[in-house]
Amino acid sequence: MLQTSANLVWFIALPLFSSALLLLAGKRANSWGHVLATTVSASTFTIGVIEFLAMQARPEENRAVGQKLFTWISVGSFNVDASLLLDQLSICFVLLITGVGTLIHVYSISYMSHDLDRRRFFAYLNLFIAAMLLLVLGDSYLNLYVGWEGVGLASYLLIGFWNQKPAYATAAKKAFVANRVGDVGLSLAIMIAFATFGDVTFSGIKEQTDSASTTQLTAIGLMLLLAACGKSAQFPLQSWLGDAMAGPTPVSALIHAATMVTAGVYLITRSSFIFDEAPIAQLMVLIVGAVTLLFGAIIGTAKDDIKKALAASTMSQIGYMILATGLGPIGYAFAIMHLLTHGFFKASMFLGAGSVMHGMKDEVNMRKYGGIGKFMPITALTFGLGYLAIIGVPPFAGFYSKDKIIETAFNAGGIKGIALGVATLLGAAITAFYMTRVVILTFFGNERWGHKDEPHESPALMLIPIALLSLGSIASGFLLYQGKRLVYWLEPVVNPLKEHHAKELFSHTTVSIMTLTVVAIGVSLAVSKYRGDQSDKAPEKVSMLTAAARKDLYQDSLNESAFMRPGQSLIKKLLQIDLIVIDGLVRSVGSVSISAGTKLRSLQSGYVRSYALMMVIGALALIATVWIVTA
Amino acid sequence: MSIANYLYLSAILFTIGAIGVVVRRNAIVVFMCIELMLNAANLAFVTFARINGNLEGQVVAFFTMVVAACEVVVGLAIIVTIYRSRRSASVDDASLLKR
Repeated sequence: MLQTSANLVWFIALPLFSSALLLLAGKRANSWGHVLATTVSASTFTIGVIEFLAMQARPEENRAVGQKLFTWISVGSFNVDASLLLDQLSICFVLLITGVGTLIHVYSISYMSHDLDRRRFFAYLNLFIAAMLLLVLGDSYLNLYVGWEGVGLASYLLIGFWNQKPAYATAAKKAFVANRVGDVGLSLAIMIAFATFGDVTFSGIKEQTDSASTTQLTAIGLMLLLAACGKSAQFPLQSWLGDAMAGPTPVSALIHAATMVTAGVYLITRSSFIFDEAPIAQLMVLIVGAVTLLFGAIIGTAKDDIKKALAASTMSQIGYMILATGLGPIGYAFAIMHLLTHGFFKASMFLGAGSVMHGMKDEVNMRKYGGIGKFMPITALTFGLGYLAIIGVPPFAGFYSKDKIIETAFNAGGIKGIALGVATLLGAAITAFYMTRVVILTFFGNERWGHKDEPHESPALMLIPIALLSLGSIASGFLLYQGKRLVYWLEPVVNPLKEHHAKELFSHTTVSIMTLTVVAIGVSLAVSKYRGDQSDKAPEKVSMLTAAARKDLYQDSLNESAFMRPGQSLIKKLLQIDLIVIDGLVRSVGSVSISAGTKLRSLQSGYVRSYALMMVIGALALIATVWIVTA
Repeated sequence: MSIANYLYLSAILFTIGAIGVVVRRNAIVVFMCIELMLNAANLAFVTFARINGNLEGQVVAFFTMVVAACEVVVGLAIIVTIYRSRRSASVDDASLLKR
């Protein structure tokens, strides 16, 4: 029996209330809005830490706690409670969301200080925190869905925060539409799950997976994968993430790097009981993950916009996580581990990029950077730590989490294992290449910004959160990996130790050596290519692959020609049908009534005698009818 | 004399009354034709009472007379009022309802 905890509701109530207050109070809240929002975010983090400590103190079998808020739907035998569930998996997310979220709130106070709409920004941030916590705390797919839509809304509002620029508003719309495609997948998955099991809670479905056929489970799994692809920017729905960088940089760090885009990984991990029984869906997860991790990495090599390069990198890293979740029970723990370490180092790098932009008058083109390291030493140092973490240099965080994924991929067995292993290894090499490129173009080399003003280091309020996140990117990997801590911690949720590999293709040490070798190759290639003075313009004569990567590997053009234009012409035809058939029907009903009325109106002459005549005729007709019928 | 002749007379009177209502314009004449129709009906009632050998038809005839008396009061009042306001007793002039 699940223990109850009355604290859980505050996770959602506090930020939601603060968000509503800031939006409703209007300009009056301008002076204190950011303080309230940051305090609220910090309090949710405090509650998270308290709950985490309490959870650790309990014995393993009853660590999970729940809280029923109210009965949401009660129709016949179908009952859905608005209930929260805090277990070993959700607490990881709660701590990541509230911890990184609070640091980014603090950072934003300074980053957004010149923006007139700072209060609205903080209101949206709190709305996001509330929705994301609901997403990870919901105890059923339906509750998760509410949070899922909520983060989509918050993401849309924040990408289009500067919606006075049409391009930014379009980017927000694009993200929203791409997310909708995934959301349809999630709602279909919920419907199939309900039709199959008559239940939408995680625990209820988990108990009944044996009773469902593999086909049903595969259908649910594929629909969940579609949902994950939309939210987590995975192939083929990944094209929105690059444009989502239109939002303010703290948003890119929090929503589009550390938390929201990892919701797909959470969804698949939470649904482990379905994917473990549906091999085809699991294979699709692997394929999507492998394709995206290479896709994102290739795009990352060609982007000159520092935020878009980091966004491509996020896409690629989430590809790693998705791939890990496809590897079965042991993979889930490593996916979550990579998710947590990635949350630290990617957020710290995004905030670093924001700090660079802050010092460079909002310039994002890396070709106009160069040599910033000596002007912004702290930013350069923290960014460097994040860089070492992401390419996987020991003992930084990425080394532990990414190596475990590569190792598990190789040991998946057979040709599948070798293919996945090679893909992940190749991804690691490309990651090393493009991240080195970002670091060299930004912090080293000749100064290319073309104006006299020297870049200046950001204020302490921005540097402290970055520094704390870099501590995470140094230590989190080691702390989580040490003694398989996270693996044991997550065991009750995803059973990572159930399956034991009988034969390992490569040992842990071999994989580490291979990874470090390819990383070294990637780094040295980038160093040799981008060493020395660079032009402030992107080269125009480039290989086909580079040209394709600059255009996001033509995913936008594909979407436009395969979906947008046929969709538009379909809508035009439907509109024609609507105008001619539907409207025609309605209009003809009207015109028939009108002409019938005109004709009948002549009967109403107003002369008493004509009415009397009609009565006489009517009476005679009646008598005649009765006569005929009875005769 | 066959008793059916009374019914024929009643039918003839009713028809005359109905034709009068339909073809005449003078409200007084129309009114008299209506009375004629009522009395044709009365005649039919009384005849049927005679055929059936009971009093029910005759009782109905008395009721009809009472109703007809009331109707005359109201109807004449209306006709007089219309004549006063429009200086005409033609029913075709009083066709305001269609507008």
